[in-house]
Amino acid sequence: MPQIAQLGEFYSSQIFWLLVFFGITFFVVGRGMVPKVMDTVASRDKQIADDLKAAESARAQADQEEASWRARENANRAEAQGLIADARAKAAAATAQRLAVAQAGIDATIAGAETRIADARRAAADEIETVAAEVTRDIVSRIAGLSLDDAAVRGAVKENLVHG
Amino acid sequence: MAAEAKLDPMHQFQLEKLAGADWNIAGYNVAFTNSALWMAIATLALIVFVAGGMKRAVVPGRWQMAVETFTGFIDGMLAANVGKAGKKYVPYIFSLFMFILFANFLGLMPLGVVGVHAFTFTSHFSATGVLAVMSFGIVLIVGFARHGLHFFSLFVPHGTPVGMIPIIFVVELISFLVRPFSLGLRLFVAMMAGHVLLEVLSSFVISGGNNGPIMFVIAGVPSFVLMVGICALELLVAGIQAYVFALLTCVYLNDAENLH
Repeated sequence: MPQIAQLGEFYSSQIFWLLVFFGITFFVVGRGMVPKVMDTVASRDKQIADDLKAAESARAQADQEEASWRARENANRAEAQGLIADARAKAAAATAQRLAVAQAGIDATIAGAETRIADARRAAADEIETVAAEVTRDIVSRIAGLSLDDAAVRGAVKENLVHG
Repeated sequence: MAAEAKLDPMHQFQLEKLAGADWNIAGYNVAFTNSALWMAIATLALIVFVAGGMKRAVVPGRWQMAVETFTGFIDGMLAANVGKAGKKYVPYIFSLFMFILFANFLGLMPLGVVGVHAFTFTSHFSATGVLAVMSFGIVLIVGFARHGLHFFSLFVPHGTPVGMIPIIFVVELISFLVRPFSLGLRLFVAMMAGHVLLEVLSSFVISGGNNGPIMFVIAGVPSFVLMVGICALELLVAGIQAYVFALLTCVYLNDAENLH
């Protein structure tokens, strides 16, 4: 077993060179390079964490802005609905008023027309009465040879026309 | 001699002086061996690997992702086992884990195909022991620096009856002092056993082939199939042992940081 057989001859060389090369490893790699590598990792982790935090806060701000926009939008919508309702009510009122005016005009026209019709009918009835009275008196004088009083004939005719 | 050595499954652990056979520091020989060469290769490969992940891009590429996965893995392991105080040990645990991982993997590379023999220095307890003692030393230093003599309360778990304290203290102290040995030996044994097994199986393949086609079919082919499976297992073991070493160091550091 060379490990034991050669120990006396080589132990000092083994210990010396191991210390030399492990020392180089420790000071060059362990102390020199590893902290830098770990710094890189730490700074990357920090950057990622910072970026995540920034993204998170940006998201929160966007949410907040959206909420406020929504509130504003809702208010605008409500206002617009109010305006529309208002305009609709106003228009309806104006329409009703104009309809009422037109109705009144029409009513007046109808009333006038009815009055005129009634007048015309009355005038026509008078005329018929007069004509009927004259015809009746004429007939009576021709047939019976009676000369009747104008007023009496008219009264008889009127009675007959009314009670016909 | 050379043919004989090929069938010796322990030959792969042989240390050889490549340079500086007469280099001495304070009377101790520090020759540059094949083991030291593979330590150097592991170090270089690790530097290249981690340097490739140093682009520091915000959106990482594959390589950077791989390196960051390893640092994140170590960071998570320390956070889970030690807590917030574990952050400062990331450089050490990362170096430890990756150094062992690269050593284990490099030792398993099929470089023999191109004539280079990979050497697994983690299969020598003289190397793993240094790492274990280093981890244990850090635990001791941190423990005594943070808690002073109060660190000894680690050896008396909460709720121990007063009469049991002397015995429990000794038991806990022994289990504590065994840690560096278990830490170093576990890695060394696991790596050595795997490599011996692979070597023995490959010698079956070669011997079976040398003894004619019938033996090749009976012994060589099944050994080869088994070897393929064991190779996959060894890759797993290479990762697991590096992980276990780093994890146990984390657990021990937790004792030192937080006591119980």
